[in-house]
Amino acid sequence: MSFLLPCPFCGPRPVDEFACFGEVTTRPGGSPSLRELTDYVYFRDNVAGVQREWWQHRVGCGEWFLAERDTRTNDVLGVELPSPTRTPS
Amino acid sequence: MRLDPQPYERIDRSRSVSFTFAGWKVTGFEGDTLASAAFAAGKRVFSRSFKYHRPRGLYCCSGHCPNCLMTVDGVPNVRVCTEPIREGARVEAQNVRWSLDLDLMSVTDKIGGPFTPVGFYYRTFIRPRRLWPLYERFLRGAAGLGKLDEHAGHSRRYDTEHRRARVLVIGGGQSGRAAALAAATLGPGVVLVDEDARRRDLRLEGVEVLAPARALGVWEGGLVPVDAGTVLYRFRAERIVVAAGATEQTLLFPGNDLVGVMLPDGVRRLLRDFSIKPGTRAVVLGADDESLEVATDLREAGVAVPRVVDLREARPRELVAEGKKGRVRRLHVDGEHPIDCDLVVASGGRQPAYSLLAQAGARVEFDERRGVFVPTELPDGVDAVGSVTGEGCSSIVLPAPAGKAKCFVCVCEDVTTKDVKRAIGEGFDSIELAKRYTTVTMGPCQGKLCHLPSIRLYAQENRMYEQAIGTTTARPPWAPVELGLLAGRELTPVRRTSIHFRHEEAGATIQWAGPWKRPYAYGDEPEDEVRAVHESLGVIDVSTLGKLLVEGPEAVELLERLYPNRFGDMKAGRIRYGVLTSDGGRIMDDGTIARLGEDLFYVTTTSTGADAVTAWFEWWNAVWGFEAEIVNVTGALAAVNLAGPRAREALGRLVEDPDDVSAEAFRYLDAKELQVAGVPTLALRIGFVGELGYELHYPSPAGEHLWDALVAEGARPFGLEPQRVLRLEKGHVIVGQDTDSESNLYSSGMSWLPKLDKEDFVGKFALEHFARREEKERLVGFVMEDDVLPAEGAQVVVEGYPAGRVTSARRSEAVGRVIGLAWVPADRAQAGTRIEIRVDRLYRGARVTHGAFFDAAGERMRS
Repeated sequence: MSFLLPCPFCGPRPVDEFACFGEVTTRPGGSPSLRELTDYVYFRDNVAGVQREWWQHRVGCGEWFLAERDTRTNDVLGVELPSPTRTPS
Repeated sequence: MRLDPQPYERIDRSRSVSFTFAGWKVTGFEGDTLASAAFAAGKRVFSRSFKYHRPRGLYCCSGHCPNCLMTVDGVPNVRVCTEPIREGARVEAQNVRWSLDLDLMSVTDKIGGPFTPVGFYYRTFIRPRRLWPLYERFLRGAAGLGKLDEHAGHSRRYDTEHRRARVLVIGGGQSGRAAALAAATLGPGVVLVDEDARRRDLRLEGVEVLAPARALGVWEGGLVPVDAGTVLYRFRAERIVVAAGATEQTLLFPGNDLVGVMLPDGVRRLLRDFSIKPGTRAVVLGADDESLEVATDLREAGVAVPRVVDLREARPRELVAEGKKGRVRRLHVDGEHPIDCDLVVASGGRQPAYSLLAQAGARVEFDERRGVFVPTELPDGVDAVGSVTGEGCSSIVLPAPAGKAKCFVCVCEDVTTKDVKRAIGEGFDSIELAKRYTTVTMGPCQGKLCHLPSIRLYAQENRMYEQAIGTTTARPPWAPVELGLLAGRELTPVRRTSIHFRHEEAGATIQWAGPWKRPYAYGDEPEDEVRAVHESLGVIDVSTLGKLLVEGPEAVELLERLYPNRFGDMKAGRIRYGVLTSDGGRIMDDGTIARLGEDLFYVTTTSTGADAVTAWFEWWNAVWGFEAEIVNVTGALAAVNLAGPRAREALGRLVEDPDDVSAEAFRYLDAKELQVAGVPTLALRIGFVGELGYELHYPSPAGEHLWDALVAEGARPFGLEPQRVLRLEKGHVIVGQDTDSESNLYSSGMSWLPKLDKEDFVGKFALEHFARREEKERLVGFVMEDDVLPAEGAQVVVEGYPAGRVTSARRSEAVGRVIGLAWVPADRAQAGTRIEIRVDRLYRGARVTHGAFFDAAGERMRS
């Protein structure tokens, strides 16, 4: 892992400046069943292909953002700032 | 042995340098390598081979082959053919019993044949199994390379430097230099690296030249680590130009490892750079002009060359080198009269050094016409120039010989043609498997000299095409690298509080606490410090606590969602204990939350959790987008905890109006802004250690000033150890010590904390589930029946079986017993239940308790 990741603010930086928080998950709303809860907490799709992920420029500007990355090649297709939503979707 | 001075020689004959070589004093010239000086002094054997302990002499003379690996000044596996000469160096043989010329282990070469075929120890030494440790000791002693000096210490210092380059050219040959110069005309930022020390003085207009420096690999993102001796350059290059050239390959014929058999480039180096006559009678064998031209060079130097064999014209059916005492004496070519010689210059051709390109993602293809593997389909941003593309390269493979004499494919690992044939016979039908079984290409040269011959031999024996066999994977590092260089300099970041040096002055024992250095205790008797807090007054530096400000019109909503606690009903100036849980309902961190105003909260975290909690808060707010700012002020503020029955009185004397800190004006769990000893301070009345106490948070620069004022008021400094005893007496949990990643609020005895009627918070759904189910184990207190102290982590035993574990245990003077916290099965969690704990191999009784061990009603901290 030595690819460059473009921070939305700082531009392309070595990946070791960032912390990856894993793929974007959907937090279940309402009162989820135990199965839904377990899926959300413990299971990941782990795709071989393009995946949306949470990243933080931890030793840089500190910003949290979303990146689309191909897990096979580490090509980053794009990054964006999150659009916050308060209601569990 | 030296020739008359020549125009291109690199030695300075006016300056002689001496060193010891395997016990002999050797004198050479400035500009020599250790090997060239030893060779000029008549030394011919430089090492013993890996498995058969055959004598080996200079072969490639370019830093590739394993033949000159020696221990220099305690550093093992140094290639002395490229190591510059230095006065007083101690060069020693490695992997020999007795001496280089008489190695007792060479018996394996004589009798070994039938007993030591490829993979022999996989088969021979597996029975009886219990004897394997014995076999292993013997095998490890018999085979192998140099030994590390365990007491060498840190003899060299290594650094890492991060660099950028617009164009990074790897290799300083003709093509590399031309590429670098062409790139330099387009702008700055061109760097050329070359592993050859002879290019140290190379000057190119507009190009930065690094030599000797080796590119170790090509990683994604244009990352190229470059080994420059004691500095590792981590280059990020926009464009990489590989001009790594080609490497001469071993020609396969019986006796091809004898001392005196050399590659043409090695011979050329001895002749030209060091003006050494490499032999007296030489035979030259080769399949390209470059190899055959060496004959001319040799004749010019006065070496007799009775025969030159151009392998392109006719492939000899028989080609055997014969030696005496491991040195070449005679060469048989096709039944002709044997040629007497002491030097055989033989090359199997030149193979492009494509490894770096393959690592970068290029495909490797076999070129039938030239008989070499060439790189194709170069990835974006990577170019190849010169011989590495296959330009001017070709190779030849001779039929595998029959007969008894050993014909080596891989001189590093002592793999013979017979071994490769045997592996094929045993069914290792993929080159990757055959490689692992025979270890061909896996030695110190990493296949540089044997990669091509081994595949071509494999193809020939299997009657397959090389293209169908393919190549083995090229992996970094491309060249051997010292582990010290990869490890870099030993740098451990240390965090110290702004009061740290007061602790040192007071004679505190300092210990690591996460990234921090903290006082363990201020003397040999932590109990005295505990007593001082109980009876009078103590002060502890808690600046390491994580400290966050959360401010904004929606700060309260953000915190309500982050914590299971409720904050909406909290009045300004009040404090609440909070525990962070994950969405899985597990305990992550704890701390206090003080509401300083309608929109402003002051949050503390554990000492090690500050950064993770900040990131956690920011991440959730990136998800939700509440109007609140999160600021980590951990380093900006110092904090001390003033605790003990005299705390109010002492604090009263340091504030302007003592009434501000009276029991009525400053209640338990109040937060108040005060001027303490003239320092603007946020005072939190909390009781982690169980006595009347004030946590004072104030600007770091005033760290020592306020500390001194408190000590002057009679507060006795106490360290981490007394604090652990004090908090344990109160049954207060340390997150991360008493809880782990599986603990939740219910099993940890904090079922009062979560407010499940809140609409949503992180962990709510999991906690709802936990609230309904039966926990399997619970965190409880225990009091030992006898005065024995269990280790933290000791087993809790139920009916002879381990059923739980102790997380904290201390001898408490105030309680008069050994107390602790432990995870026990839920059916043993009732107060008063007798449990057993393993202490020093004995099961000792203990009683389960709930709540605090000392001052259970909490009157002291609320007083």
